[in-house]
Amino acid sequence: MNPGYELPLEEAGYSFGFLDEYAKREVRRAILKAISIPGYQTPYASREMPMGRGFGTGGLQLTLALVGPEDRLKVIDQGADDSVNAVNLRHFVEMTCPGMDTTEHTRAATLIQSRHRIPEVPLRENQILVLQVPYPDALVVVESSEARRKTMHGEGDYARLLTRLYEDIVRFDEITIAHRYPTRIAGHYVIDPSPIPRYDLPKLHRAAALTLLGAGREKKIYAVPPYTDAEPLAFDDVPFRIEDFRDAAGRRCACARCGASDSFLDELIGDDGAKSWQCSDSDYCNEQLAVRNPQEAVHI
Amino acid sequence: MKKVLEVRNLSKIHGRGCAHCLDSTGPDMDSNICRHCGSVVAAHGVSFDLHAGEILGIIGESGSGKSTTVRTLFFDETPSAGEAIFFDGQRQWDLFALNAAEQRWLRNRRFGMVYQNAHLGLNFKVSAGGNIAERLLMSDFSHYGEIRRRARQLLARTEVLAERMDESPKQFSGGMQQRVQIAKALATQPPLLFLDEVTTGLDLSVQARILDLILEIQQELGTAMIVVTHDLGVIRLLAGRSIVMKYGRIIESGLTDQILEDPQHAYTQRLVASSL
Amino acid sequence: MGYVAIKGGGRAIRGAEQALEALRTAEGEGGQPLALATIEQQLRLLTSRIVSEGGLYHPRLAALAIKQMQGDTLEAAFALRAYRSTKPRLLETPVQDTGRMRLIRRISSAFKDIPGGQMLGPTFDYALRLMRLDLAEESPQAFRGVARRFLAGAPDAELPDSFPKVVDALRAEGLLPPLAIHPEPAFDITREPLVFPVPRSAALATMARAETGSLLAIAYSNMRGYGDVHPTVAELRVGYLPVMLPHPVTGEPVEAGEVLLTECEIIAMYEGHGADGPPVFTLGYGACFGHNEVKAISMAILDRALQKGMRDGPNNPSEDPEFVLLHVDGVDSMGFASHYKMPHYVTFQSDMDRLRTTQDKAKARKKAEVEA
Repeated sequence: MNPGYELPLEEAGYSFGFLDEYAKREVRRAILKAISIPGYQTPYASREMPMGRGFGTGGLQLTLALVGPEDRLKVIDQGADDSVNAVNLRHFVEMTCPGMDTTEHTRAATLIQSRHRIPEVPLRENQILVLQVPYPDALVVVESSEARRKTMHGEGDYARLLTRLYEDIVRFDEITIAHRYPTRIAGHYVIDPSPIPRYDLPKLHRAAALTLLGAGREKKIYAVPPYTDAEPLAFDDVPFRIEDFRDAAGRRCACARCGASDSFLDELIGDDGAKSWQCSDSDYCNEQLAVRNPQEAVHI
Repeated sequence: MKKVLEVRNLSKIHGRGCAHCLDSTGPDMDSNICRHCGSVVAAHGVSFDLHAGEILGIIGESGSGKSTTVRTLFFDETPSAGEAIFFDGQRQWDLFALNAAEQRWLRNRRFGMVYQNAHLGLNFKVSAGGNIAERLLMSDFSHYGEIRRRARQLLARTEVLAERMDESPKQFSGGMQQRVQIAKALATQPPLLFLDEVTTGLDLSVQARILDLILEIQQELGTAMIVVTHDLGVIRLLAGRSIVMKYGRIIESGLTDQILEDPQHAYTQRLVASSL
Repeated sequence: MGYVAIKGGGRAIRGAEQALEALRTAEGEGGQPLALATIEQQLRLLTSRIVSEGGLYHPRLAALAIKQMQGDTLEAAFALRAYRSTKPRLLETPVQDTGRMRLIRRISSAFKDIPGGQMLGPTFDYALRLMRLDLAEESPQAFRGVARRFLAGAPDAELPDSFPKVVDALRAEGLLPPLAIHPEPAFDITREPLVFPVPRSAALATMARAETGSLLAIAYSNMRGYGDVHPTVAELRVGYLPVMLPHPVTGEPVEAGEVLLTECEIIAMYEGHGADGPPVFTLGYGACFGHNEVKAISMAILDRALQKGMRDGPNNPSEDPEFVLLHVDGVDSMGFASHYKMPHYVTFQSDMDRLRTTQDKAKARKKAEVEA
């Protein structure tokens, strides 16, 4: 074919933040647009990242476009810093962004990339939360054509989505949407808030921190700016409800590790079949453990 | 009498159109297809008024432009030319100058449509009650109990069994589907209702009961209606005034009784003769 | 009491890397590491697939990706694509004339004789798919002599540098509409997101780097009856296209290199042309990097189907631009299929919460009914 040509070995090193500068600038432009139109899904030319579509490439492009050497980044998956995917993403950012710090402490981070959870500790104005998004469009359950969904969003036409909730209540006496709960931002656009549990949704409402949502495969960026209304769709007489962690006797379950009874819990089934509960947010769990049980605390 | 709707020179041409389209189509040419460019002149020069509480009939065969006329007014199709003013209390709406959001608003809140084919008017993926709920939700109803109550009331009024409210209308008979469509159309108490061949294809006894229902509703609510049909019997029963259309043009209009007793146009005469 | 290891993710990932590397080299003592040139040459159709699906014409890097990903085409194309996204776009080429291709193969199924003649070239089309057991124990000496002898035995007759295109002849006869020149620049799918409706150039670009199997499956649905393109291959050509770039100083086009390309033009049923003109055949176009005929044919059929869908509205999945263009990318689809393997503990916890609540409600309702 082309005998004699060599591989570009000198190109093995990548630029800061992996993406070329043009790509980062485009992502930043999309971020600014997304913040200006809260909840609007801003299309952008999502680049291929060296990890699978669906593994957080949308969130990663946001992180890489935002991060600078003075930042402190926290990456979590399912609430945990040491989940395989979080480790993988953090390692990649460390590799391509020399000089930048990483942390496992929510309070210490300037930038938090997360999949499926919002940290338990309320975020501050000088922090940014980046959520990874598999499906950016809440309307996809009632309309498969993207072109038609775009018109529906523009006109604020969410009657068919609300009809789904109505039908749910008719059939099950309950709204059965567990996660990815459709949420109206700033009184207009309804977003898919990414697969965070309903438990985390109230944290989005008028939060001090900026939340950015990135869908790499679907090539969309959207935002919930600070102090912006984020209201889960519901009926006046059938309110939105978060996950219920009460046991059969009606008592709130507590974390078996740190004892907290005010956190989102993972359900664990032991070898003996016995059920127990543990904080999903590993940093919060460590923090609570340190407060309640200083001698058992894990020091990092 | 208060005017609800004023339509002037409504025209709809499918295709690119040419200078000869209008001369080479219409009842005199016995065609609605332009022989020069192949365009279809579905409707041309259609003008009429509709008053509050009145039922206007539009009668004609398929291809006469009667369905096209109501579909442009309900924004299912975009007219090629013409004007239509909808008088809504203090407001006047220039229908063909509205943007998509305004059109949707009117469709949801001020107009109702019942199609011959229930597929067009109903969402078969949700229950009969859900269909009515959808229309109420478009109008900013947000209380589940209130929506249920309204839906149950509307279905009861249109004689759909309350226990079938949570079933998909897909499983309903044709007559029952039309009742659900009527209930859905009435959900927001619109001052104007379009009925496009609503009884076509139904058994005679079912037809009669639906027509009775429409008359009752018109008397109870005073809803203005445009009834499109090819069936003189329907016109005779429902419409005070009627328009006869052929190949896209109006060929005769007036009081229904007069048209039926003393048809002027040869086509209408044939139509009346054949229905006796 | 159950205890979740909140530590260990990093170790597990390193272990996975080592296990993969161990399997790649498991042949042990007798094994030879694969040379990139070997992959590029002996697995040339695989390399072709990777350069086209990876969207980067770099056969040597593609060979490396194949080696590194242990033969997984989706992963290899993916690696090439990710490499590409780190590179800035330096310039846009002007329109390239595929009539100037140095051909190794060209056929037309529309005409027995075409200007320049048919040239079967390297193809499996008429090969009997019988196992060649002699290849199982091939001697290096014999292997090395084959190509040399083939070239030595080739006739001296000079082949022309290029061949005229079949569709040009059809255009000259008025059987195809004249070539439309589009003044607007081609849509760059690496720079612009697809927001529907999209121009034809966006559709062509998306299909040019689509996953071969996905493209084939949707095109096949059209061939079988979920569609009505009924194609005839006007011309299928495989060869090297000289890539012309403007000279940085003079601006004159200069040849910067060449790329192996497969191009297919299909003729489909005719339709009325313009306002009053006579009916003409319609054209579907497919082209991709490398030697990949199934992909070029599938793309040409889908191009035709999509043009119809864009004009009249889709009647079949293969005529629906959104359906086709959003589901044929290998990197997107394989990534999403893989992502289901990641932890979904939190969402599943929410799912269980909803199910338990609705179960409780159903039980309560049943109990109330029984009591009543």
